[in-house]
This record gives sequence, C-alpha cells and structure tokens, in this order.
Amino acid sequence: MIIRGKAHKLGDDINTDDIIAAKYLVSTDAQELGKHCLESIRPDFVSRVSAGDIVVAGKNFGCGSSREHAPLAIKGCGIQAVVAKSFAGIFFRNAINIGLPFLESAEVDDIQEGDSLEIDLAGGIIKNLTQNKTYSAQAFPEFLQEIIAAGGLINYIKRRYNLSVQH
Amino acid sequence: MGYTISEKILLAHTDKKDIKPGEFIEADVDLALGNDITAPLAIAEFKKAVCTGQSPQKAGHPSIKYDGVPSCKVFDRKKIVLVPDHFAPAKDLRSANQCKELADFAREQKIENYFEVGCMGIEHVLLPEKGLVGPGDLVIGADSHTCTYGALGAYATGVGSTDLARAFIDGKCWFKVARSLKFVYTGKLNKWVGGKDLILYTIGKIGVDGALYMVMEFSGEVIRRLPMDDRFAMSNMAIEAGARAGIIEPDDITFEYVREVTRSQSSAENRRDLASKTGGPPKIGETSPAKLAGHKVTKDKKFGSLKSDSDAVYEKVYEWDVSKLEPLVACPHLPCNVKPASELKDIKLDQVVIGSCTNGRISDLRIAAKILKNKKIKSGLRLIVIPATQKIYLEAVKEGLAQIFVEAGGIFSTPTCGPCLGGHMGILTEGEVCLATTNRNFIGRMGSPQSFVYLSNPAVAAASAITGRITHPEKI
Repeated sequence: MIIRGKAHKLGDDINTDDIIAAKYLVSTDAQELGKHCLESIRPDFVSRVSAGDIVVAGKNFGCGSSREHAPLAIKGCGIQAVVAKSFAGIFFRNAINIGLPFLESAEVDDIQEGDSLEIDLAGGIIKNLTQNKTYSAQAFPEFLQEIIAAGGLINYIKRRYNLSVQH
Repeated sequence: MGYTISEKILLAHTDKKDIKPGEFIEADVDLALGNDITAPLAIAEFKKAVCTGQSPQKAGHPSIKYDGVPSCKVFDRKKIVLVPDHFAPAKDLRSANQCKELADFAREQKIENYFEVGCMGIEHVLLPEKGLVGPGDLVIGADSHTCTYGALGAYATGVGSTDLARAFIDGKCWFKVARSLKFVYTGKLNKWVGGKDLILYTIGKIGVDGALYMVMEFSGEVIRRLPMDDRFAMSNMAIEAGARAGIIEPDDITFEYVREVTRSQSSAENRRDLASKTGGPPKIGETSPAKLAGHKVTKDKKFGSLKSDSDAVYEKVYEWDVSKLEPLVACPHLPCNVKPASELKDIKLDQVVIGSCTNGRISDLRIAAKILKNKKIKSGLRLIVIPATQKIYLEAVKEGLAQIFVEAGGIFSTPTCGPCLGGHMGILTEGEVCLATTNRNFIGRMGSPQSFVYLSNPAVAAASAITGRITHPEKI
C-alpha cells in the first residue's frame, strides 16, 4: 500500500490525553472525535490538516491510556498514516486493529513540517518528495500485515470464521 | 534456555510447545475486562461482527454455530467482566447512555460479572477483591492499568476495545511476546516509603518509555516483604514506563491474600449480603462463591512453577539499594519527572485527591487518616478522598477513617475513577494545582490544559492537605 501526504510534525511522548481528552470519551464516532484531535496541545492542528496528511512524531507516540478513541480521532480528522520513532504498546495494538497505517523509523528528525511524503507500508520505505530523500522503516511482520490487509482485526477474525466482511 | 514467569504464563495459554520473545502468538484469555468508556466500542464491534443475522460456516464456537443459526453470544459469559467505573455514577447524559449499554449487554448475554453502581468499584481494585484474578492467569482489559493484576503473579495487560470485541467472539487475543526487564530492589524501606515511591523511583530512572513493549519483573528482598496493596500500586504503574505488564512472582504473601479473598467471598455473612434486598437469588453483578471455589488457591503444580527460571533471559537487570529512598513526587507533566517531596515545599496546592486504582485501598486510607486525625486541612484547599470499592468504603466507615477525613475538612466520595482522568468529582480549572495519589499527570489530565498535577503516595498527600503545600509527612 502506498500513501502520499503532507507531514505534520509532533514531538516525543505524545500521549493519549494530548490526542483526545477524556471529556470526549462519550462518543465513539471517528468524525466527531476527530474534531478534537490534539486540542490541548495544538488548538489549531485540526484546522491545518487536509485529508490524507501524515503525522510525523518522535518517540513513544500514543503513550498513556488504552483509549481506542485516540487512533480513531487521528483517522477522523483526516490523517491517513503516522510515522514515529517508536510507538507505545497499546496504541500500536489499536492502530493495527482499526487499520490506521503507521511505520516506525529512526530517521524522522530529518522530515520538516509540510514536507511531501510517500510511504510504502509493505516495503517499509519512506520517500521525502520535498527533500528528495529516502528513509528506511520497520516493515511489519507477516501476522500484522495480514490484519492490516484485512482492514483490521475484526475483519481478519471474520475471515477466519468465514463470516462476510464489511468494509 | 529458561523462561521468565511471563513467558510461562503466555505459553500455558496456547497449544505451543515453545515460546520466544519477539514472536506473535494467539492465546486463550482467562478473563476479558471492559469499562463504561471502552466497552461500548467493543460491544458495537462485537454486534456488527456476529449479530448480523447471517449464517456462519465454521463449527466449534459459541458465537459461530455450524447449523446455520447465527449466534450473537459471547464466547464464555463467565470470563467477561464489565465495570462502569470511569464516568459512573453517570456524570451526564452521554455517560448514562454508555453505562446503559454495558447493563443491557450484560443482561442479554447473562454476564455474571457486571457490577452496577452499588456493587461497582474501581475495576483494578475490585477484580482482585472479588477473586476474579489470581496467580498464573492471563487477563486482558480494555484499560491501560490492567497491568495492576501482575502484582498477583498474573500476566495482565492493557488492550483496546477492538481486542476486547475479538475476545468476546472467541476468547482469544494476539500478543507479541515481550522481552523482560528485571528489577531487583535491595535494602530496607524507610518509614513513609512504599510501593508508590518504588515505582515512581523506577519510572524516574528509566523514563516513560524505559520499558517500552517489555515486561517489568519486580523482585528482590524489598518486594518479598512488600504488602499486597503496595505491590498493586507498583504493578499498576508499569504502563507509565511503557511496559506491557508489571509482574511479581507469587509467594506466601500473594498466596495468603488469595486465600483471604476466597474466605471472605464465600463466608456466610457475605452470602447474606449477596442476596438481593427482597431475599431472592443474587443479583446480576454479584460474584458467586462457586466461581471462586474453582480458583486455584492450592499450591498445585501450576502455582509452584510460577517463578522465572534461573537461566531465563532478561533484556536488562537493574539492581537498586532503596534504603535511602525518601517519599517521591512526580511533577507535571510526565510520571518520570520525579523529585523528593522534601524538595517541593514551595508548591502550593488547590486540591488533594486520595484514591484511584493506584492508591485507593484500605491501607492507603489508613495511612492518610493516621496523618489527618484531629487535624484540619488548609483553609481553601479541597481534599477529595475516594475509597476504591464499596467494601473499602464500609471498612473506612467502620474504622472511623471517613469521619477523620470529613472532620478534617475533606470529602469522602462513593467509589469512582472520577477526577483521575479528568472525568468528574474534582476537575481542575486553569491555573489550579492538584497533588493526587493517582498515576498520570499529562497536560490536561485532570481538567484544564493549564492546570498542574503532581503524583505522590497517600502519606505525602495527607500531609500536604494540612499545610497546603507539598509536604514530607515527617513534618506533621
């Protein structure tokens, strides 16, 4: 899967309270949650995002709570992928399970706000079209690729039990 | 090559002959937990997947019937726990709707372990109290502090709502087998220093991603002497260092705790309490003694082997003499921003919270009450004390602790997660500063993004409520 979009840079340890504050955990709708994505630390983030953009973050992205509302909010505000130096464990699970594409790369510091990126998820390659550079990323193991290819965990499970899959 | 305790537990819940860190496995869980903010998503995903009226093709599963009749049933109604504790008692209309979704689902699916307001408590204190988790169990919870049960020698880990939905369907969960970090604590703890300080010390040393995607194994002579409540506080905050689990090998202290829980759950008095007010059978949400009788409390082979092998491989071993440790405080806005309480006496407070899944247990309340007895809190300061379960609430009342808190000028609340995550029962506005016995102090955690949260043990919290500034308990 190839993804193209504009980079929005965030720092280290972006936590789940940053991504979606607890007061919004009364909704399960990605669009509604998306309106409040990163509100506490970047009040203008949502207004600056165009559909298809990419978040580029430092280490430990998504640390804190297990709230699946976090990757839902990121999806809901139009972000189509996240690249970070490392991901927190539960956020990692949630992103895989709901089908939010993401990649781990040590070379993200080089990417600037607004750079145009092209991401090859299966190959683990990030191209910076603005700076004409290529970075390597951790490609997912086969098991996770299968879940992603199915469009998330529930679809993957439904396929296993031969239930019809909703997209 | 030997296994760590966490590898053994994972392996025991699969059909595999062997297990190694880094590999992906699917395992059968003993328990799957959700609360009022995480279960609604899981319930919706579950229903969308198997309550569609279509006929599934593959046999051998409660949710998936082969005879063409679609089944909208959870894999095992005894292995699911639903606790409305975060925004409950319902803080507003939408929270009430979420709570109702749990109640309705529990009723439809005949889920025994649904704890309505009146039975409910903070989930990670409630489940051990009810004997629902024990040594060697594999527990998943749609809540990051599920790692708390690691204190009992369970492999307990936080997952998301979709993981929970999947577990509702077939009782399984995917895991990446994590490497283990060993922490060995030696020496002797000072007065006023406990499990909370040990874990704050640890997170301060290794950082909020110092155990990223690893299992933290807490060991050493200090741990061997540590009471259960302090062990729960430690394991509870393993997630704050990025860990998948925070596990303590079960020993005589664990074993005695589990025995005591089983005793108190099946005592005649308790059976009377369990009956509904009309004298009928136990209501939905009250754990049956039969369930607890099935729990492995004897020193059988399973329990005996719940230790890491002497040749188990660890990513890293940390060994620390904690004899000089003082009470610690995590400063805004990360749990690793740790300083001694004695260095923070200039920090003025608007609010103190004593409670949460970290430090809302009876021994926490006893420590706080000992300090607050016959004292008054600082004028203008709000002291909010939240016992974690109804049992703890009643114990605190019986022991006169509730009276101490109220007479000191504080409030004594019904069990709830409440202010810990900025839900209700004590939100901070712009510029306000709170010292809490909770587990997280990110920006905006307890309310306004322009508020400040410090984390401490209950003794520091109680002492600070009196002076109105962060205070070492020795000063009182």
